[in-house]
Order: sequence, then structure tokens, then C-alpha cells
Amino acid sequence: MSQYVLKRVLLAVPTLLLASLVVFSLVRVVPGDIIMATLGDHSQNVTPERLAQLRHQIGLDRPFVVQYVSWIGGVLRGDLGNSLWTQRPASSELLKALPVTVQLGVMGLLIAWVIGIPVGVLSAVRSGKASDYVGRVVSILGIAVPDFWIATVVILVLSVQFNYLPPLGYAVLWQDPLKSIQQFLWPALILGFRLSAVIMRMTRSTMLEVIQQDYIRTARSKGLSERVVIYRHALKNALIPVVTVIGSQVGIIVGGAVILETIFSLPGVGRLTFQAITLRDYTQLQANVLVIAAMVVMMNLVTDVAYAWLDPRIHYR
Amino acid sequence: MEFGQVKNIATAFPTVRWGDKAKKSWKASKTFARRQPLGAASALFLIAMTLAAAFPALLTSGGPYAIHPLESFQSPSAHNLAGTDQIGRDVFTRLIYGARISLQVGIMTVGIGLTTASLLGILSGFVGGTFDTIVQRVSDALQTIPGIVLAMALVSLLQPSLTNVMFAISFVIIPFNQRVVRSAVLSIKENPYIEAAKVIGGGRMRIMLVHILPNVVAPIIVLASILFGFAILTEASLSFLGLGTPPPTPSWGMMLSEGRQFTENAWWLSIFPGLAITLAVLAFNLFGDALRDVLDPRLRGSR
Repeated sequence: MSQYVLKRVLLAVPTLLLASLVVFSLVRVVPGDIIMATLGDHSQNVTPERLAQLRHQIGLDRPFVVQYVSWIGGVLRGDLGNSLWTQRPASSELLKALPVTVQLGVMGLLIAWVIGIPVGVLSAVRSGKASDYVGRVVSILGIAVPDFWIATVVILVLSVQFNYLPPLGYAVLWQDPLKSIQQFLWPALILGFRLSAVIMRMTRSTMLEVIQQDYIRTARSKGLSERVVIYRHALKNALIPVVTVIGSQVGIIVGGAVILETIFSLPGVGRLTFQAITLRDYTQLQANVLVIAAMVVMMNLVTDVAYAWLDPRIHYR
Repeated sequence: MEFGQVKNIATAFPTVRWGDKAKKSWKASKTFARRQPLGAASALFLIAMTLAAAFPALLTSGGPYAIHPLESFQSPSAHNLAGTDQIGRDVFTRLIYGARISLQVGIMTVGIGLTTASLLGILSGFVGGTFDTIVQRVSDALQTIPGIVLAMALVSLLQPSLTNVMFAISFVIIPFNQRVVRSAVLSIKENPYIEAAKVIGGGRMRIMLVHILPNVVAPIIVLASILFGFAILTEASLSFLGLGTPPPTPSWGMMLSEGRQFTENAWWLSIFPGLAITLAVLAFNLFGDALRDVLDPRLRGSR
């Protein structure tokens, strides 16, 4: 088991390194120059000497490999570079934004599980009947409906019908729980709805598989009530693959966070990334994407290990 | 006919009987409609949407850029089916032209992105070895960056425009889809007839084209349908954030973003573009699901 874990960790490191290389190259293959893009309209007025000076400041005049190695060296020491916009360390901005996104993600995941699993189970148990169809359409809606649309409609309905707008800004959870819940409730619900779609479908398909198994037939023939059969025997085994889905959902969480945080004015990583993009703050963007990639890699690792731990059949790989 | 030789060129190409083909297609469609009602309804909707986008003049007049400042903020009526926006443009007309943009993005994404991903997946799966390992590692690394974030970064670095949006979305979908195609190829490779083909001297190119490709087409078609929906949704999200097609191009996402400021007074500016996006993506997903059920029920499950 620990061999398996070690192997997975060793695999994760080069993946992350490669991802960092991708992020780094992305920002540097801009047609033209980062400096030119950052200056935008002012590029006409800048003298070549000033340009060269700016380039030297950020270190763009060094060869690519040197830049990359020095950046990675900095990252390993905790220095992710300085934001081009605020001149402050990118890591400090990220540290402020991270708790917000984590809170949104956790709340969204909780809601997604609360919605997704029961509906998935229902859909599987009553497969082919009306409730199955309803469940499947609802899950497809979760994938198809744009989250920015639901957010707009929700705000519209709330403000027009109920004369209520969620308080703006960000209240720390343990300092002002009521306000915090109010702020996070709607974006978390919307995020949760999208996440639940995947969970619902996954639960449904694994439950369908599990119900076919012989041991379920045995349990039923023992005279156990249907409820016990479903919950104690089928569901526990069906849930194992569903857990692995969490890893891939981090991507949706972060992606969804960008739009939802921007609409509901929550100062999280998503909004920070969006701001970095609009402000052409490429060093911040670089740092953000790296951190996001690291989170995804970590979550994948965690779910891989959790899957191996939960499923007694996969112990030695 | 001897093996490898064509005696009479006319017999090498059997006459195509189009009448029979038409009858068989119609029958297949009816069976499809009976077995997959949701899928068939979606297909009808998609056909209608495509026709509307291809021939907008049939349903609209004036074009999407016609400004009527005196008629701004009209609620939906018989004259303006979906109302007018802040500078008097007819929303319904813009919705129809927006369908064009969405379909264009979808076609390019599927055309370029999926084709590249499929070729890569087939090559990677079939050739194997170091090439396969390298491709999969790079693909893994790319997949750690969430699609929207990668697309946003790409579009902003390349300057927002329709072409760049299409390119960015095509690029973003490659890692995941090449992996799906690759796994299909890997399972086909196990079949004995592939080994048989190698034994009788079939070249690698020939095996790939004649044996692997036809069997891989089914999952690719299913992917195409779902990808279309994803492309439309991503383009709308990018436009909503201001990183997509620049105004005044009538992209649904951009319309939604502009309409947001006037939500309280003009609800139709926010509701209709979002509804359009939802219906289009829904239709593509349902159709893709139905296709998958028909073509290969084994593929269903996590996706």
C-alpha cells in the first residue's frame, strides 16, 4: 500500500513540473512581448531604452531556460514573483484569496453530494421509470446550464421578487458566520448544482452495476428489506468509484469559481486570476495558474490514494 | 476476382442505389426516434437551429447591428419577439445571428480540435512506446490546468477575437479527447484480427486506416456531439467575461453580460440569451447521449 502511495507521489512531481513549464511557456509565447502587452496603449510613447530597462527589471532579456530555472528556484523557496500591478509578492495575494475559494469549494461539494447521491441512487433503483428520466434530465441540466446565467437569474429574482441582495464583500466565516453564509450560499448552491450533475451520473451508473451483482441477490434472498440491501450493501460499494470523481471536480470548482466569484464579488483565487488577466498582470497570472495546477495535482493524488485505500480489491498495483 | 487484382473496373465500384439508401436512412431515423425520444427531439431542435443560423433572413429582418435608439428597452411583443436592447437592437435577430457564432465555434472546435485529438490518440495508442509516454505525460500536465482558466489565459494572451477563441477552445479540448480515443484504440488493438493483419503483411498505416479507424469512429462521433455543447458553453463564458468575441458581434454570452446591467428594468435581456445557450448545449448533450446509447451502450457511465 505504501509502495502504491510512493509511486503515485513520484508520478505527481514530474507532472507538476511539466505543468509549471507549460504555464511558464504560455506566458512567454505571447506574440510580441509581455512588456508591450502590459504597456498596451502607452507602447508608442516608450523609448527603446526604457523598454530595455523594463525588460531587464523583470528579467526577460535572459535566455528562456535561465528564466525558467530561476523562477522554479524562487517557487521552491516560496517566492512566486511579484505582481506587475501591485508590485507586491504574488504569493501574498494568493494566500489572501485561497480561503475564500476553499470555502466556496467545500460548500459547493457538500451541496453537490447532498443532492447528487440520493438522486443518483433513486435514478438507479427506479431505472427506466419516470423518476429515472427526471433525474437524468436534471443532471444534464446541471451540465448544460451556464452558471453565469443561473447566477444572473437568481440575483434578478432575489432583487425583484424578494427585495434582497446578498451582502457584498467578504466576511470571514468564524468572525461573522451569518453574513458569511449569506454571501456564500447562492454561489455555493449554483456551484453545487453543477457539481452534482457529475456525481449523480456516476452514482447512477455504479449503482446500476452493483445491483446486478450476485451478492445483492444473495442479500435479497436472505430476506433483508430492500432498504437495507440498498443502503448497507449496494451503496457502500457503489460509492467507492464516485469518490474518485472528486479529484476531477477540482477543475470545475476552480473554473466555476472564476465566474461565480466575479459575479458575487468574492475575493477568491478565481477572481484574482480573472483580474490578473484583464490587467495583463502576467506574473500574477503565472503564479495563480501554477498554484491551481498544484491544487489539482494534489487532489488527484489524494483521491487516487483514497480509492486504493477504500477498495480492498486494489491493494497492490 | 483474384486477390489484389481488379479484372473489370466496373465491378470494383458497385452502383450506389440512392433510393435504397434513403429508405434505409428514414427507417433508421424512425427507429432512433422510437428508442431515443429525447435524442430525436434534440436532433430536431439542432436541425432547426442550424437552418435558422444558415438562413437568418427567413426569420428576421434588418440584421443584428441595426440600431433604433427610439425603441430601446421594449419588452417582448409581436414586433420584437424578444424585446429590444439598450440601443434598440432587436434581441430576437441578435439571438439568431448569435446562433451562427455559436455554431461556428462548435464546428471549428470539433473540426480542428477533435480531429487533432483523434489523430493524436490513434497514433499514440497504436504506436505506443516512448512517443506514447511523452504524449500522455504532456497531456496529463495540460489537464491539471482547468479548461476555462487555460482558455482565458490563451485568449487574453492572443487578444480577444472570434478566431482566437476558436483556437483556444480547440487547444483546451485536445488532452482529454485524445485520451478517450487512445483508450478506444488500445482496446481495439487487443483484437486477434489486428495481429492477423500484421501477420499477413499489412503495413502499419494500412492497419490504422482500414481496421482501427472505422471502429474508433463511433466514440468520436459521440464525443463530437458533446464537445459541440462544451464549445458553445465555453465561448459563452469567455464572452461573458469579456474575453471572447468583441462587441458588437452578437455572441450569446456577450449579450448576457451586457444585459446584466439592466436586469431590473429589462429582464428579457438576461433571460433569452441564457435560455438560448442552455437549450443549445442541452440539445447537443442529449443527442450525444442518445447516440452513445445507440452506438455502444458500453460507453455510458461516467460521462
